[in-house]
Amino acid sequence: MTALVSPEGLVFDVPPWRLSGQVYGVLMNHRAALAALGDAATQPPYGAAPKGVVLYVKPRNTLIEPGGAALVDDPSQRLEVGAALGIVIGRTACAVAESGAMACVAGYVIVADFSVPHDTWFRPAIRFKARDASCAIGPRVVAREAIADAGALEVGVYVDGALVHVVGMGGTFRSVARLVADVSEFMTLAPGDVLMAGVAPGAPTVGAGARVAIKIDGLGRLETRVLASADAATTQ
Amino acid sequence: MKRARVAFAGAIHEATPGATEGTLRLADGRHVAEDAVVWLAPFEVSTIVALGLNYADHAKELTFKAQDEPLVFLKGPGSLIGHRGQTRRPADATFMHYECELAVVIGKPARKVARADAMAHVAGYTVANDYAIRDYLENWYRPNLRVKNRDGGTVLGPWLVDAADVEAPPQLALRTFVNGRLAQQGNTRDLVFDIPFLIEYLSAFMTLAPGDVILTGTPEGVSNVAVGDEVVCEIEGIGRLANTIVGDAAFGR
Repeated sequence: MTALVSPEGLVFDVPPWRLSGQVYGVLMNHRAALAALGDAATQPPYGAAPKGVVLYVKPRNTLIEPGGAALVDDPSQRLEVGAALGIVIGRTACAVAESGAMACVAGYVIVADFSVPHDTWFRPAIRFKARDASCAIGPRVVAREAIADAGALEVGVYVDGALVHVVGMGGTFRSVARLVADVSEFMTLAPGDVLMAGVAPGAPTVGAGARVAIKIDGLGRLETRVLASADAATTQ
Repeated sequence: MKRARVAFAGAIHEATPGATEGTLRLADGRHVAEDAVVWLAPFEVSTIVALGLNYADHAKELTFKAQDEPLVFLKGPGSLIGHRGQTRRPADATFMHYECELAVVIGKPARKVARADAMAHVAGYTVANDYAIRDYLENWYRPNLRVKNRDGGTVLGPWLVDAADVEAPPQLALRTFVNGRLAQQGNTRDLVFDIPFLIEYLSAFMTLAPGDVILTGTPEGVSNVAVGDEVVCEIEGIGRLANTIVGDAAFGR
């Protein structure tokens, strides 16, 4: 795999989030994701749009080895490709104000968050979101200073080479700084943690054999593929 | 056998019960008073899996119907504290409660494990107090991390008790005391989804690894706690886990 180089010139043979970090995602941060629910967002079981930040955990079993593949159970299963901007924490963030939040951000990385498609968000969807080999991160951490405005980034998803989904990071409820501040109000973010800034609606679905790439200008291109578990067992 | 992890005199140690009451024996041979150490979570914790509504009486208390699938959520490492730790109660909270739970510690990798083989993957047990602040409940991925994954909101310990020393499946009395008053009681035999089921269910889609822990849920009897309260969660044969509620001021908030 490609070694990662931090802004200070430190070389990591192992991505830092594999050593100590925890990966978190945020639900419904894109205005369009909530809007796509229409009136349902204010009907039971939800009752109202979310007020606090809604998080989920991508535990260690979900992390895909560099060069590895996302896994489906069988050739008929489809996974949704959540393409997200990953905020990499560089300094401990505990109860930081929005104005101080960016100082805790080391940089950014691309995250491919694979889930079993689900259309209800009432209960934590662990069976759909915490599957083995369902989170790819890479290709490298880019220093915060290199990205002038994270809100201006565009995220493109390619399946088998074709661009199938484009999302701007401008349409979010919470900016990067606001997100870090709001999360740090109740849980400390530690160096090496990665916080995904949200996934847009209309994420493409893919099945076994698909080649998936996510491109964000300035962050490069994260390439991964999807394999059925049985095939993966024989090829890895 | 049971083991703790404690900080003492500048290092972290494995510790076992000392020769006399109230003492610990550190792995390096020193004997120390158990109140002279800082108690940490009793093992290196990896993924934290937690169950909601896993006792029929508690599910009823919270007016939910029993489910056909367990209510599972995940927690991050920052929420963990050890025995005798402090948990912050924010000033704006009106209903913050303890949850005494049997914690099942995984000892060997579990991937697609059948119910009949599940218990062989259990290293041991400890006690968990999985605090919640109900004021922050919303109906999105409920209960969400603002409710269940707050800094210092997951108390774990004091001991990791070897699975070999506990009957399987565990049928253990569980009690919570607030300032010495009995506030909650139940028995782990009343789990809606028992330990073998949970290992089979989880390992079907996520490989469980050594150090992963499953907090198996809490029975009825949750009640509000106040700043200054001492909360003790006790599970027969596993341990007595104490913790104190503190206010915002101690955290400069």
